[in-house]
Amino acid sequence: MFITYLRRELRHRRKQTAVVAAGLAVAIALVMVVSSVAAGVRDAQASVLESVYGVGTDVTVTQTAEPGADGGGPGRFDFGAQDGESSDDGATRELSQSQLGLARGTASFDAAALDTVAGVDHVTDAAATLTLESTSFSGEMPDPSQATDPGQAPTAGTGTADGADGGPDGAGGSSFQVDRFTVTGVDPAADAVGPLTTVEVADGRGLEAADSDAQVAVLDAQYAAQADLAVGDTVTVGDADLEVVGTVTSSSGEGVATSADVYVPLAVAQALADLDGQVTDVYVAVDSASNVDAVAAAVETALPDATVSTQSDLAGDVTGSLSTASSLVQKLGTALSVVVLLAAFGLAVLFTVSGVNRRTRELGTLKAIGWPRRRVVGQIAGESAVQGLLGGVAGIVLGGVAVLAINLAGITLSGSSGGGFTFGGPGAGGAPGGTDAAAQGAAAGPGGGGGPFGGAAEAAQQAVDVVLHAPVTPWVVAAAVGLALLGGLVAGVVGGSRAARLRPAEALRSLA
Amino acid sequence: MYQIEGLTKTYTQGKRTVHALQDVDLTIADGELVAIQGPTGGGKSTLLQMLGGLDRPTSGRVRLAGDDLAAMDDARLTRARADRIGFVFQHFNLIPTLTAQENVETALVPAGTPADERARRAQAALAQVGLAERAGHLPGELSGGQQQRVAIARALVKEPAVLLADEPTGNLDEATRDDIVGLLEGLWTQRGLTVVMVTHDSVVARRAQRRLRIAGGRVSEV
Repeated sequence: MFITYLRRELRHRRKQTAVVAAGLAVAIALVMVVSSVAAGVRDAQASVLESVYGVGTDVTVTQTAEPGADGGGPGRFDFGAQDGESSDDGATRELSQSQLGLARGTASFDAAALDTVAGVDHVTDAAATLTLESTSFSGEMPDPSQATDPGQAPTAGTGTADGADGGPDGAGGSSFQVDRFTVTGVDPAADAVGPLTTVEVADGRGLEAADSDAQVAVLDAQYAAQADLAVGDTVTVGDADLEVVGTVTSSSGEGVATSADVYVPLAVAQALADLDGQVTDVYVAVDSASNVDAVAAAVETALPDATVSTQSDLAGDVTGSLSTASSLVQKLGTALSVVVLLAAFGLAVLFTVSGVNRRTRELGTLKAIGWPRRRVVGQIAGESAVQGLLGGVAGIVLGGVAVLAINLAGITLSGSSGGGFTFGGPGAGGAPGGTDAAAQGAAAGPGGGGGPFGGAAEAAQQAVDVVLHAPVTPWVVAAAVGLALLGGLVAGVVGGSRAARLRPAEALRSLA
Repeated sequence: MYQIEGLTKTYTQGKRTVHALQDVDLTIADGELVAIQGPTGGGKSTLLQMLGGLDRPTSGRVRLAGDDLAAMDDARLTRARADRIGFVFQHFNLIPTLTAQENVETALVPAGTPADERARRAQAALAQVGLAERAGHLPGELSGGQQQRVAIARALVKEPAVLLADEPTGNLDEATRDDIVGLLEGLWTQRGLTVVMVTHDSVVARRAQRRLRIAGGRVSEV
């Protein structure tokens, strides 16, 4: 009788059933889309973080440069009057100089921190790296000895010269380029955590334990292509020419750059940068997600000057369209979902109460002939719950189609991470740590607007592009059904309690 | 069947207090067919609601086969209505979305009667009121007289001790009225039911075994 009565009532009130179910369906679909997109954005953020910090990194330890201290970045290029080689006509001198140092805004700290971190409870792996920036200057400048007024000799990096004559253009101008790339010194033996966990060898080989003191380098494949370098060539890092033994690509996706342009053994990087016993980053893996915060706290206590970041802290540092999407989903999406859900619930309650009011005589009659209160309430609640379920099923279909459309649209989100880590490519490093790669790339280095710096375009490629994939998990479907059922039950309880309060005599009298 | 003592019912309508029943004492014997007449607002329907446990008196007792309906809690009162009292209403009060048979079956739901037995008994009850062939029709597909027959079948399918009818012919034409009254008389005779019937219609009332008049909340024999 329950099922028969319920089915007949819902069929009899098709329009009301359709409106309530449609309202709930829209709300459920919206919740599904927001949940799925939020999960997709979270996955994308994780992808970005993994591509930068490596798989399995739960905590990172860095140290931010003190204001006013030597916070890295390229220094001045100073040339003596007799430096370089004079051109055949004597008007210009060919000059080149290379510098290797900490990236701007970063600071190095004692590598003993690695042992300190490794000794903290629940830490399963730890690896230290030294992130550097190589900046090289090469080009032709007017020969100062040819200048009519020595006081007018161009200074390095201005990109222009006021000499009346001389220079490559014969009018006192200059032609030079500033090339920069990031260099990360890694421990070749520590492969469980750190930036090399998200790279795959594209050509040649990766760094091996035996390379700890070897003058070798592994290049990011994209950088290698831009710099026209291949396995067997040499790359100049600081004052040393290192043999390129391999190229690597990111395992995060095709076309995604790795976190550095050049990877060298840690000891080699320390020696070349004159930073023996110094590191810039420590990557930490923790045995359980529940212990991450405890480990972070313990490391902060052990290393009071360090900046300790967990994955959730780092997620906040992801910038770019990914950050915008995340913010949009979290704030607008959630608010919209709540509003629409409340509206749908309200609609369901309103229609149910209105239905109960219209059926006062009917429900009063059932009470008069002996239907217990719980049976009457159950009937109303059952009808509402089924309406909710119908809305839930329709919402899942609607939401599924919307999510499918989003996935088929192949929305690409661009994300990069800051927070004191530098991972920009060529041209990066103009701005202090904490800015995104594009901004870093856009910032010109010394030399102003003169030569072919090739900064912004290359740096933009360092931002990780991730195609948004919004997953529909069983949890999302269960939550959708649960919400729909909840909506139906809320309406049923409100409507049912109204029906329960009806005294049969009043119910019959009101319409008699 | 009923022993009523000092039955009083007052309620408020706005600022006005209405004395629907005032200190009513009444006894209705088993198997009696009683008609209650009186002016509109005289308390007829209120008395019927008290007899049926649809409402609670302000004071006094309504004993049904010795059990005081006024003293019962809601659950027991509901049980009493489900098992012992059948109702027939002026407006039939059928569930519009259920067929005639399903409407009759609703009276057996509170007792937890199995579905097949419910169907069998409902069909038998409909046959008894002459509507066996209309069992699958919705109320909207039946005439007023047929709807009231369905309502009577619903009231009797659970085999109650008492049948309370509130203006059972109030919405029917004369010919149909006579049919329905004849049906009620026949069932009363066959089953030995106690029937209490509120009516405006003197023709109907005259066919009762006993006639009561209620006016101003007070009951008197006619």
